[in-house]
Amino acid sequence: MRSAMRWARRAADVVRRVIGVPDYERYLVHMRERHPECVPLSRDRFLAERLAARYEKPGARCC
Amino acid sequence: MSKLGSAIVWTVIALAGAGALAWLALSRGETINAAWLLTAAVCSYLVAYRFYSKLIAAKVFALDANRATPAEVLNDGRDYVPTNRWIVFGHHFAAIAGPGPLVGPTLAAQFGFLPGAIWIIVGVVLGGAVQDFVILASSVRRNGKTLGQMAREEIGPVGGFTALVAVLGIMIVLIAVLGLVVVNALRSSPWGTVTIGLTIPIAMVMGVYLRWIRPGRVLEASAIGLVLLVVALYAGRAVAENAALAPVFTLSGVTLAIAVMVYGYAASVLPVWLLLAPRDYLSAFVKIGVVVALALGILFVLPPLNMPALTQFTDGTGPVFAGKVFPFAFITIACGAVSGFHALIASGTTPKLLERETDARMVGYGGMLVESLVAIMALIAACALTPGVYFAINAPASAIGTTAASAAAAVQQWGFALDPAEMTRLAQQVGEKSLLSRTGGAPSLAVGMAHLFSRALGGSSAMALWYHFAIMFEALFILTTLDAGTRVGRFMLQDLAKHVWAPLGRVSWYPAVLIMSAIFVAMWGHFLYQGVIDPLGGINSLWPLFGISNQLLAAVALCVGTTVIIKMGRARYAAVTMAPLAWLVIVTMTAGWAKIFSSDPKLGFIAHASVLRAAAAAGSLPAGVKTAGDALRMAFNDYLDAAVAAFFMVSVVVILADSIREWAAVLRGRKPATSTEAPFQARVAVAGD
Repeated sequence: MRSAMRWARRAADVVRRVIGVPDYERYLVHMRERHPECVPLSRDRFLAERLAARYEKPGARCC
Repeated sequence: MSKLGSAIVWTVIALAGAGALAWLALSRGETINAAWLLTAAVCSYLVAYRFYSKLIAAKVFALDANRATPAEVLNDGRDYVPTNRWIVFGHHFAAIAGPGPLVGPTLAAQFGFLPGAIWIIVGVVLGGAVQDFVILASSVRRNGKTLGQMAREEIGPVGGFTALVAVLGIMIVLIAVLGLVVVNALRSSPWGTVTIGLTIPIAMVMGVYLRWIRPGRVLEASAIGLVLLVVALYAGRAVAENAALAPVFTLSGVTLAIAVMVYGYAASVLPVWLLLAPRDYLSAFVKIGVVVALALGILFVLPPLNMPALTQFTDGTGPVFAGKVFPFAFITIACGAVSGFHALIASGTTPKLLERETDARMVGYGGMLVESLVAIMALIAACALTPGVYFAINAPASAIGTTAASAAAAVQQWGFALDPAEMTRLAQQVGEKSLLSRTGGAPSLAVGMAHLFSRALGGSSAMALWYHFAIMFEALFILTTLDAGTRVGRFMLQDLAKHVWAPLGRVSWYPAVLIMSAIFVAMWGHFLYQGVIDPLGGINSLWPLFGISNQLLAAVALCVGTTVIIKMGRARYAAVTMAPLAWLVIVTMTAGWAKIFSSDPKLGFIAHASVLRAAAAAGSLPAGVKTAGDALRMAFNDYLDAAVAAFFMVSVVVILADSIREWAAVLRGRKPATSTEAPFQARVAVAGD
């Protein structure tokens, strides 16, 4: 049961990353490891910034 | 595997592919099963991936798994994130696959299955997959630079600027033609209109859910969205069967075109979280779902290809679109064989995610092979229809009239069997009033898919649901390209307009946003409207323009690739990109020339304009044209189309001339072969997962 749950969570994570959902947790880990001196963006700011970036240049989608 | 074992396996695969291709090409008279086409395609892909992409990886770029990628060097936790190659592969595939590989092969089926099949297989192996791979590898070596930046830095400012303007032109034509495909699929179809219309509030419900109810729970919201899509499908049927509501949602082409423009405008000015992003997630699921379902349906049913290998329309008299098999088969099928648009993706998000340089082979070359397989499946779905049904759906009313009897007569004259009662019965089966002249490819693909799916599941009583399911899928991801494209186009336009008046470039200043969005929508909206009212069906003039523009972008990408290869000191391998480049230049130039100057009014824009003007002057208007004023307006649009085609051709010449100048300078030693690659850094982290 527990391994099934873990498997489902991992599968969900893969799907999220394939469809390009911004990953705030990963960003936080990155900021803590690489830039501990900086204050990371809040979750809302991060998501807003990611969404804006996704739709302002060609290169995210095709015909 | 031992060396000998591997040699045997690859010999068998190569022989199977070559044998299947030969069988496709040589057998005449009897009906061929789709299995032959699938075998030929898959074996060719395997061999090409194993040997040709390896050559490019090892000899041309010398990709090095120990060289740090931009994802590692510039890791910012946002754009640049080292990511497992299977995830990047899925992400890249979801980004490159769209309606293009479904529609193009369906239209090109009018030549028979053989020209499309050969071009899809050979084109992808030697052209499309090479382009995607080379651009991806070049971008990875340059910190994830975009195609435009690379064109400017590798070729020069003229080439760079031409590439920029070309991309804007392509967006306009692309969005217009995709809008036209949707309009033609929904015209006088209350079921389709309601179902597709409902996808907009469904996306907004998801957006609100993600923003306020359960922020960030994308999978939950998507599951809700998918369930609501099924509800929308049944709601559409309920409306279509309701005598009071059905007429309200039975819309004309012009009304639908305006609705599509309003939608595109809204998507460009509304906040992204409300409409674009949720729709995009939904569409990604749907896209992968459709591809998998189509593959399973084809594998399960293994339909016979009812379309002959070659039809008489290779001579250029085809009703779906005018023009001979050369060059028009190669223009009509862009996505699936070579698609320049992919170069924007391969130099956009993807290079910033690769964990190892060597992953570029699987993601770039491999991703394009899978898209090509999608195109093969679309070709199978179209060719599984009987030719009579295929032409009745895809030929415009000017060729087959407006009744089942006139359509059957016209199709029989072309030498294909069609029983008028069969068309009426088929339309009833799929829940439509008529399937005649539903040009644009989407409806005939949906009929093909409904045939496959209902044979696999549910029987003929489920045909109507499957048909509208397929229409909904296609329209959903067409509109997702259209809305995101409009927004991107608006940003590009703002970027240009700021040179005229600085405040117009401010992306968060509402007046600028509203004005520039309106201008961009008007640009593609004009072409869409003109396509909708065109008695020849619109697709006839717009799809070739789209094909030419897409191949133009591929030519830009291959020029960049060739320049990169020469400057790396690997000029002896330059044929890898130069050969497909030469072919694309020949194809776009002959097709563009024919579209502008051909004396056949069905093919040449100028000849068509002259016919219209002469008719308007003589007072004898061609069928489908109401007033002399309309005729003159259509003539003006023909001149506009001719100008657009000429613009694309001039762009090809400019880019090519600029590149050749640069190649000659480097090869003759007049200019040092300086690489703009980021310097080598050894890979350290075992980041990502």
